[in-house]
Amino acid sequence: MQGAYFISSFTANNKISQQYQYLISILLVCLVSAICFLFSVYIGAQVVAFILLLTLSLIAMSFDILPVLLTALLSALIWDFFFIGPRYNFRVGNTEDKILLSMYFVIALVNAVLTFKIRQIEKIARRKEEKAQTLRLYNTLLNSLSHEFRTPLATIIGATDNLLQEPSRLSAGDSKRLLSEISTASLRLNRQVENLLNMSRLESGFIQPKKDWYDIQELAFSIIHQLEEQLARHRVEIDIREDIPLVRLDYGLMEQVLYNLVYNAALYTPERALIRISAQCPQASLEIIVEDEGPGFPEGEIGKVFDKFYRFTNSPIGSSRIGGAGLGLSIVKGFVEAHNGTVELMNRLSGGARFVISLPVENFSKGMEPQSGQIRTNGVITC
Amino acid sequence: MGILVIDDEAPIRKLLEITLQSNGYAVAQAATAKEGLQQAVHHTPDLIILDLGLPDENGHTTLKKMREWYDRPVIILSVQHSEADIITALDNGANDYLVKPFRTGELLARIRSALRSTVVGDNEPVIRLNGLEIDLAARIVKKDNELLRLTATQYSLLALFGKNAGKVLTHQYLLREIWGDSYTDQLQYLRVFIAQLRKKIEKDINYPEHIITESGVGYRFVAGES
Repeated sequence: MQGAYFISSFTANNKISQQYQYLISILLVCLVSAICFLFSVYIGAQVVAFILLLTLSLIAMSFDILPVLLTALLSALIWDFFFIGPRYNFRVGNTEDKILLSMYFVIALVNAVLTFKIRQIEKIARRKEEKAQTLRLYNTLLNSLSHEFRTPLATIIGATDNLLQEPSRLSAGDSKRLLSEISTASLRLNRQVENLLNMSRLESGFIQPKKDWYDIQELAFSIIHQLEEQLARHRVEIDIREDIPLVRLDYGLMEQVLYNLVYNAALYTPERALIRISAQCPQASLEIIVEDEGPGFPEGEIGKVFDKFYRFTNSPIGSSRIGGAGLGLSIVKGFVEAHNGTVELMNRLSGGARFVISLPVENFSKGMEPQSGQIRTNGVITC
Repeated sequence: MGILVIDDEAPIRKLLEITLQSNGYAVAQAATAKEGLQQAVHHTPDLIILDLGLPDENGHTTLKKMREWYDRPVIILSVQHSEADIITALDNGANDYLVKPFRTGELLARIRSALRSTVVGDNEPVIRLNGLEIDLAARIVKKDNELLRLTATQYSLLALFGKNAGKVLTHQYLLREIWGDSYTDQLQYLRVFIAQLRKKIEKDINYPEHIITESGVGYRFVAGES
C-alpha cells in the first residue's frame, strides 16, 4: 500500500517538475543564444552551433526526453534565424549552411536520445540494485526470524517430549528445570511476536498515536513492574520529579518504547549494574532518559543501532545467548518518531549507554476544573 | 464456584479447564457464542470467561446479549492488546479483561478479584476493603480506623471505586460519572485526582496496591488483598 503511495507521489512530482523542465530548458537556450548574439561580432555561426550543442547536452543530462527534444528543435530554429545568413529569417543561403543546419539538427536529436537512453539504463540498474538490497534485507529477516522462532520452539518441543515420554526417569528437579526452560522459551517467543507485530504496524504506515494526558512517573514505574524478573539482579533508579507535568502521548506506544530500552539495558549490562530512568523538561520538550552502567556501544556502531536487524556485534556477554531479531531499537525509533519526537544514543563519559527520548510538549492550558484551584497546586504545571 | 469458559480454541479451553479445576472451580465449556449463551442460561455460572473472537458471532454482541440478564462477573479474553476493543467490552459490561497469552497467576488473581467484588454487594451502606472503610450514608472514609480528609470530588471518586471494586473502570466512565458528559476527554482531571487519592490511601504511590492503572484503558480498585 505504501509502495502504491510512493509511485503515485513520484509521478505527481514528475509532472510538476516536468513543467519546470520545459521552462528552464527554454530560458537556458534563450539566454545562451542572447549571449552568443551579443558576441556575434567575435564568434562565427559554427562556434555558436557548438555552444548550443553543449547547452543541449547539459540539459539532456538531467532532464526528460520531451523537454530535451523541444530544446533541440528550438536551438536549431534560433541558430537558423539569428546566426545563419541571411539573418532574421528562416531561409538558409548557401548549401554548406544547409548541410550544417541539418547536421546540427540530427546531432542534437541523437544527443538527446542517447543521453536519455543512458539515463534509462542507469535507472534500471539502480532499481535492480534496490531490489537486490530488499531481497538481502528480506533474507536477513527470514534467517533472523527462523532462528529466533526455532530456537525457543526447539526448546519447547524437546522439553515437552521429555516430560511426556519419560516422566518416571526424570527427577523432580529435572522436570522442574525443563518446565522452567519451556516457560522462558515461550516468553521469548511471545516477545518476538510482539516485536514483529509492532514492526509490521510501523511498516504499514498505519501508526497514528492516540494521545492523551499521562504521567511519566507512573509510566516508568509500570515498566519497572512489568520487567521485575529481568531486573531482579540490577540496581534500578527512577529519578523523575513528582511535579513533572502531565504529557500528551500514546501510552501503548510509549510503553513499548521504554519497555524495549529498559529490557535491552537489563539484557546487555552485567549484574549489579545501575539502570536509571529520568525525565526532565527543557524548553517546550520533555526528555526521557534511559541510561545504564553497562559496556555502552562501540563508537562506530552508534549510527547503526536504530537500523532494522541491527545486532550488538561484540557484546561482552555474548549476544547469541541473548537472542533478539534486532527489531527492538528500530521500533523505539519508529514509535518515538510517530510522536514527532527524536531518540538519540550516546555513550556516557563514565561508561554505559544513554538513550535520550525527546518529545515535543503540547501546552497544558485547557480550562481547569471549574470550582477547584487544587489542580494547579498539585503538580500540574506547564512545561 | 462455577466458571463458564467460552472460547473456540480447544487448547485454550483445555488449559483453562485444568488450571481452574485444580484451583477448586467447577468448569463448563462452550466453543461458540450460541452454545455459550445456552450454557450460561442452563448453569448460571458464578463467572464467565468470554473470548472476543468467536466463530459464529462478534464477542461484543454476545456480551451485550448476556448482560441483558446475567449480572455476575464476565472476564474478556482477547488476542491482541487493542485498547479500543477492550474499552468497548468494558463499556458493554465486562468486569475485566486479559490479553492472550496471559500468566496463570494473573488469570487467577483477576478471577478472585471479580468474584470477591460480587460479595461486596450493592446495597451495603458501608464498604470495607483493603483496610479502608467507605461509609456511603455518612459520606466518610476511614483508613485503618482513622478518618481521611477528602475533598468532595476525591470522595466521589473513591466511593465510585469502592462500589465497583474488582472491576476495570474506563477513563470515560469515571469522567462521565464524576464530572459529567462534557468532560469525557479531560483525562488530565482524572490523573490529578487519582494522584491525590493515591497519596492519601497508598503506602507507596509508585507501587499502588489499591488503585491499579490499566494502561490506556482505565483503573481498577482492587477488591481485597491481591
